[in-house]
Amino acid sequence: MIEIRNLHAEIDGKKIINGLSLIVKDGEVAAIMGPNGSGKSTLSYVISGRVGYEVTGGEILLNGESILEMNAAERASKGVFLAFQYPLEIPGVTTMTFLKACLNAQRKSRGEAELTTPDFIKRVKTGADKLGVPQEMLRRALNVGFSGGEKKRMEVLQMSLLEPTFAILDETDSGLDIDALRIVSEGVNALRDPKRSFLVITHYQRLLDYIVPDTVHVMSKGQIVKTGGKDLALELEANGYRDYVGEAA
Amino acid sequence: MAAVQETVDRVKSVDVDAYKYGFVSDIESEKAPKGLNEDIVRFISAKKNEPVWLTEWRLEAYRLWLTMREPDWARVSYPRINYQDLYYYSAPKNSPGPKNLDEVDPELLRTYEKLGIPLREQEILAGVQERRVAVDAVFDSVSVATTFKAELAKAGVIFCPISEAVHSHPELVKKYLGSVVPVSDNYYATLNSAVFSDGSFVYIPPGVRCPMELSTYFRINEQNTGQFERTLIIADKGSYVSYLEGCTAPKRDENQLHAAVVELIALDDAEIKYSTVQNWYPGDSEGKGGIYNFVTKRGDCFGARSKISWTQVETGSAITWKYPSCILRGDNSRGEFYSIAISNGRQQVDSGTKMIHLGKNTTSRIISKGISAGRSNNTYRGQVLAQKRASNARNFTNCDSLLIGETCGAHTIPYIEAKNASAVFEHEATTSKISEDQLFYCMQRGLSAEEATALIVNGFVRDVLQQLPMEFAVEAQKLISISLEGSVG
Ligand SMILES: Nc1ncnc2c1ncn2[C@@H]1O[C@H](COP(=O)(O)OP(=O)(O)OP(=O)(O)O)[C@@H](O)[C@H]1O
Ligand SMILES: [Mg+2]
Repeated sequence: MIEIRNLHAEIDGKKIINGLSLIVKDGEVAAIMGPNGSGKSTLSYVISGRVGYEVTGGEILLNGESILEMNAAERASKGVFLAFQYPLEIPGVTTMTFLKACLNAQRKSRGEAELTTPDFIKRVKTGADKLGVPQEMLRRALNVGFSGGEKKRMEVLQMSLLEPTFAILDETDSGLDIDALRIVSEGVNALRDPKRSFLVITHYQRLLDYIVPDTVHVMSKGQIVKTGGKDLALELEANGYRDYVGEAA
Repeated sequence: MAAVQETVDRVKSVDVDAYKYGFVSDIESEKAPKGLNEDIVRFISAKKNEPVWLTEWRLEAYRLWLTMREPDWARVSYPRINYQDLYYYSAPKNSPGPKNLDEVDPELLRTYEKLGIPLREQEILAGVQERRVAVDAVFDSVSVATTFKAELAKAGVIFCPISEAVHSHPELVKKYLGSVVPVSDNYYATLNSAVFSDGSFVYIPPGVRCPMELSTYFRINEQNTGQFERTLIIADKGSYVSYLEGCTAPKRDENQLHAAVVELIALDDAEIKYSTVQNWYPGDSEGKGGIYNFVTKRGDCFGARSKISWTQVETGSAITWKYPSCILRGDNSRGEFYSIAISNGRQQVDSGTKMIHLGKNTTSRIISKGISAGRSNNTYRGQVLAQKRASNARNFTNCDSLLIGETCGAHTIPYIEAKNASAVFEHEATTSKISEDQLFYCMQRGLSAEEATALIVNGFVRDVLQQLPMEFAVEAQKLISISLEGSVG
């Protein structure tokens, strides 16, 4: 469970998150929608511990424990995962090498044994098959020359391997074709678990047809301004944000 | 992958200023008096019992050197070196030359053990190392041990200290010494010709594929002592050899001078692969101490279809001035240069290569990866030249720089000249930074900042690492992360 209390955060002296509170319970899938520039990606960076995103007030608790003093790697090992809106390229580092390094780094910091190579390869293959990621892609440098949709699939593959307890998906649907949207959503749904929670950032109701959320939050100007059930997304799709964005001002 | 993990473990276990090989061995030495004059040159020559021609050769070099000026075109700066304040000869006492390992000073053997260089063949055979590598160990001015000589001799391969080759194979030494790097070549090479002390000599007979990797391991121990080694490798027609060079030095507050000369000769259809992992003491993070590495390395693709390939991983030295080059004399010959040059702290690197195309249909390839961190400066300087006769000369150059942090510098200085219209030269260059975004991405997946940097840098240098013999590649990978210690944060 993640609990965010009255969070204030800024970047380069600019306040972006303005007293945001949010709870995502174990097993819950929460969606966040909101206009461009309302601070959704910023929130995901603050939660995952990106350097330069300064928390000036409030608290973030993961399973009751404050994570604010932890660096990004420590938070990752505690189970925080972020599927990036714009995944980064790592030239010269094959996807396999990257995945293994990350997985073992996390296992190590949790005091677990490293995976043997055959064990690791089996896991990656199974995960890749499910998401329709060809084996050939795993031998290429991570995200280098991958299409927009391929990068997004790779994010979900990483998520399935790292088995986080709290996963943020930042516009994972953008750039996906219709089939990929279904495959990726199935991948996410397969990871739904009573012990795992999700925060799904999206602009489109379409994704929420596949990944059906338990709650929908509307974000505006760095705050949650409205919370509802999955029907709220349908309403937003019909009417836009105009009924809500005024409230934060 | 195991290597990446090891890299990471090593990074964690090393302090910012820790140079692992910085210990000093307590070995009694015999030195020539400080300073340089004709008597010192004669002293060195006499110590090695050299024939008259070689003594004269040295003296001629010395007289020429007196008329030369230290080059100042490289992008490096350092206080003037007082050449009269150095020792030009230092040999461990009680080691009149390598005969039998049992006669070698045990302290010396321990030194090499500490460095991880196996000198006892039994141990190597017992599986301490997977692949067998014959080693010539040079300690200060002299070679102290050469392994696997007997086995190599069976294949007709000569691998011995050059001081010994002068006596055992005078015709070869006389013919080839100075044939690639002439006595008059440059200030440091001329100095080396006058005072060179020892180094390795290799001869591979026609048609022979050298049965194991050959390697020389250089160690500077003495204070205020210059190291001037000389390496000569001759690959006769249709032969092949892979040669590795490694080097370390103790941590000392004074700078130490290293001015080596390496000459390679490849006859028709011969191939020489020369790899270096240079890990001389780089000085501390404030720039105190460290080796001045002023080295002349050149290969002559003398024969048709011959090939010379230089691979270097440069992580050490306070100053590096080094341009391993190929003269592509034989028709259809090929030269290659693969380089990883890393600078951190206050290190200064000015390195690159020259590919001189003289023969027809000659090809060359240059892949250079420079990584700068801390307050260091890293310059790639490369020349590609096709002479009139060199029809259809081809060169491909790729020169990438990676910057870590805001206080370092990277520079690329290519000189390209084609005197034959059919030459095709391609040059690509990029400069990039490890971005905050990339670091965050990796850390979000669980890697620490050091692990992330090591991974990204390893990716950056992958093309070159693949050129190194396996064991060396793993070693180099570790070295890279250690060199970058303290560069993130
Ligand atoms: N480094 C920065 N300096 C100043 N302002 C920034 C910086 N980074 C982001 N911002 C601003 O913060 C605001 C929130 O950006 P953010 O990327 O979080 O929005 P978003 O809700 O994810 O938008 P989108 O739906 O377009 O992805 C924007 O106005 C953006 O310009
Ligand atoms: Mg966004």
